[in-house]
Amino acid sequence: MAKSPHGPQSPQSPQSLLSLEGATVRFDGRAALDAVDLDVAEHEIVCVLGPSGSGKSTLLRAVAGLQPLDAGRVSLDGRDQAGVPAHKRGVGLMFQDHQLFPQRDVGGNVAFGTRMHGASKSEQVDRVRELLDLVGLPGAARRAVASLSGGEQQRVALARALAPRPRLLMLDEPLGQLDRSLRERLVVELRELFGRLGTTVLAVTHDQGEAFALADRVVVMRDGRIAQTGTPLQVWQRPVDEFVARFLGFDNVVRGTVVGEAADTPWGKLPVGEGAAQGTRTLLVRPAGVRLVAADAGLRCTVAARTFKGTHVAVHLQPEDAPRLEAACALRDAPEVGDAVGVEFDATEIVVLD
Amino acid sequence: MRLGLVAVPVAFFGLFFAYPVAAIVVRGLKVDGVWQFGRLWEVLGESDIRHVLWFTTWQALASTVLTLLIALPGAYVFARFDFPGKQVLRAVVTVPFVLPTVVVGTAFLALVGRGGLLDELWGIRLDTTVWAILLAHVFFNYAVVVRTVGGLWSQLDPRQEEAARMLGASPLKAWRRVTLPALAPAVAAAALMVFLFTFTSFGVVQILGGPTFSTLEVEIYRQTSEIFDLSTAAVLTIIQFLAVGAILAVHAWTVRRRESALRLVDASVTARRPRGAGQWALLAGVLAVVVVLLLLPLAVLVQRSLDAPDFGYYRALTSADGGVFLVAPIEAIGNSLQYAVVATLIAVLIGGLAAAALTRRDAGRFVRGFDALLMLPLGVSAVTVGFGFLIALDEPPLDLRSTWILVPLAQALVGVPFVVRTMLPVLRAVDQRLREAASVLGASPWRVWREVDLPMVRRALLIAAGFAFAVSLGEFGATVFIARPDNPTLPVAVARLLGRAGELNYGQAMALSTVLMVVCAVALLVLERLRTDRTGEF
Repeated sequence: MAKSPHGPQSPQSPQSLLSLEGATVRFDGRAALDAVDLDVAEHEIVCVLGPSGSGKSTLLRAVAGLQPLDAGRVSLDGRDQAGVPAHKRGVGLMFQDHQLFPQRDVGGNVAFGTRMHGASKSEQVDRVRELLDLVGLPGAARRAVASLSGGEQQRVALARALAPRPRLLMLDEPLGQLDRSLRERLVVELRELFGRLGTTVLAVTHDQGEAFALADRVVVMRDGRIAQTGTPLQVWQRPVDEFVARFLGFDNVVRGTVVGEAADTPWGKLPVGEGAAQGTRTLLVRPAGVRLVAADAGLRCTVAARTFKGTHVAVHLQPEDAPRLEAACALRDAPEVGDAVGVEFDATEIVVLD
Repeated sequence: MRLGLVAVPVAFFGLFFAYPVAAIVVRGLKVDGVWQFGRLWEVLGESDIRHVLWFTTWQALASTVLTLLIALPGAYVFARFDFPGKQVLRAVVTVPFVLPTVVVGTAFLALVGRGGLLDELWGIRLDTTVWAILLAHVFFNYAVVVRTVGGLWSQLDPRQEEAARMLGASPLKAWRRVTLPALAPAVAAAALMVFLFTFTSFGVVQILGGPTFSTLEVEIYRQTSEIFDLSTAAVLTIIQFLAVGAILAVHAWTVRRRESALRLVDASVTARRPRGAGQWALLAGVLAVVVVLLLLPLAVLVQRSLDAPDFGYYRALTSADGGVFLVAPIEAIGNSLQYAVVATLIAVLIGGLAAAALTRRDAGRFVRGFDALLMLPLGVSAVTVGFGFLIALDEPPLDLRSTWILVPLAQALVGVPFVVRTMLPVLRAVDQRLREAASVLGASPWRVWREVDLPMVRRALLIAAGFAFAVSLGEFGATVFIARPDNPTLPVAVARLLGRAGELNYGQAMALSTVLMVVCAVALLVLERLRTDRTGEF
């Protein structure tokens, strides 16, 4: 932080559009954002994933200039944004519940940003038409905001945020209030749209499916800190710790002692593959790696519950004196509740976390 | 930025409120250059004064409760029902509020006093009881509740109540659990206003109270103008100041605890025709109250003003021969309108800036304290304000005695709290994130206010301006001290006419009051029209 913000040497790499260094925000002494470092490159779509209260919305507000930093800095295009008010930062923010202006119609909402930037009447009209076409609401300019469905409101909010051509678009739980099928369709549309426009996007969500579908890179947050960064595949395959694993929906997490290529755990000896970190570790067993065998082989369990997941059945298994286990198996192979089964483990689906 | 917003109102209040009040306290408590604080206890120890204090408090409480009971159904009817003549009626119920207190007192005397309408019809007289005072207070403050509570009520989303109904709440329960809490800040604000007005009631009590009932305000006036005991008057002013300060502190605290972001919708979509016998009965009941309580005294007033052949009282107004004034009483109309326009502009500017500064919920202690401070001119007696102006602003560094601006300044001082009280609940109810959305889209703080806040508070702003205008038109207590003899305002002219013996003077007072009533009614009707035209813009 000792570096002059006006110095000729920009501390971050030239292609990074947004850069946070040690960004910290405290509310009543509690750090909502705790020394966060994050870079977003131009044209990149980054999704911040975390449970509520993890500080992800505060992150967006800090970048937007709506929340002053207590420490650290936010840079856009290499320029420190300290002292730059929200309306001069040139970033777009789509609010969680859209926050459309109720007393303006759709066109008035979409045109708002361009109007603030001094666009002429005809430019505004053209831009509104262009964007409403883009988000799939052609001809909706005169409609009242109150008459829109949730999905339509979301599209208008997106058009409004995109209209002034922000260098960075930020989305706060962009699809949070929509129903599932609409969400799944819109997330694909958004991804396509941002790819086509080359928009740089920083989105936050608590929904991992949304994050994985939308993002080039996922950032998992916990208690104001970044827990893990990586491509969706990296994060999914190798969660760094128990928190990330559990947040991604994995429940087969257990402590064990790794010696060589096996770990000693309450579920018995688990194979861990070559080069695994040795000693007392936390291990993740993906449900696909829990194979059901005959009752007299492997770890003996009772089927406690089974839930249909569409592509597979999640079977909840209760070993005799160990924590529960979840297994994924094909519908026709799934045992009934109360059945006794044996369990074996697949080394490729076991991850040594830390 | 915030400090800048606060600076102008603070300077205004420092100069035109704190300074004159300080001057009057010094004049009263400092004898031969020595402070005589012991006078406070001395005066409080007198049983007469303690009796006055007790009566002032309980009659204010009773008036407030009675007003709420009678006016809340009215607020509901005006907010939620559509019926022919609603606009006119809304203006009609506001008229009493802006009438000079002296006139209202006289009108009620004519209605319930000796030889009054009730006396003639059934031999009922209320002028020796406290009921005359309480009814006159309800008459005055009906509009405060209807405007303050009804204004917010009409913008509350009715679906909130419907949601509660679907969860199994009876209509009454849904109202109590959903609407009432949302209305609570507005009801509290209205109740506080009514309490303060009745706590500092002057003209009404002066006329209807007789020798039995006296409020602090009447006592201050009596000590100042009849006994010329400035010292006792100053002590009473300080007592009233402290009492009002305490009430306002409690109020500021409750308001801060209760105000929350509400879902506001366009008022035009919430009102509808009454349905079912119950709602029609409610509407009829409210109309009956308006007719009996508000219109009847006004009708008696008009009838008295016409009680001479060929509009004799009105024709007398155009002549300066009466000797009461240097000019024809009719010129007071022009004076009053000019003063009121200037006072309204000042009040809206100062009040608007103050409300904008107070909007932020993270406002500091200093700003919050300022909120309560703004209400003080309401609570301190208008007589004190006028008298303070007279003795404080007549010598360097501030010699404004000979300028016309003194009257609008005093009237604006009384109007500002109305502007703040009306605008603040609505401003605070605007979702902060809407402002943030505008800001991120490139709107500077000033444009955020213009683009987001202003469209939402336009209604409240117009209502506030109307209030300020009406208050200036009817303001009496302060104006009577500083209006110049050749430029009287309407209420001052009325009071001077009433102060003279003789049927012609009395009749002229009635006629001039009727003119004032009509001017107010017309002004308010214009405002109502303006408001409906603007609804639905954008």
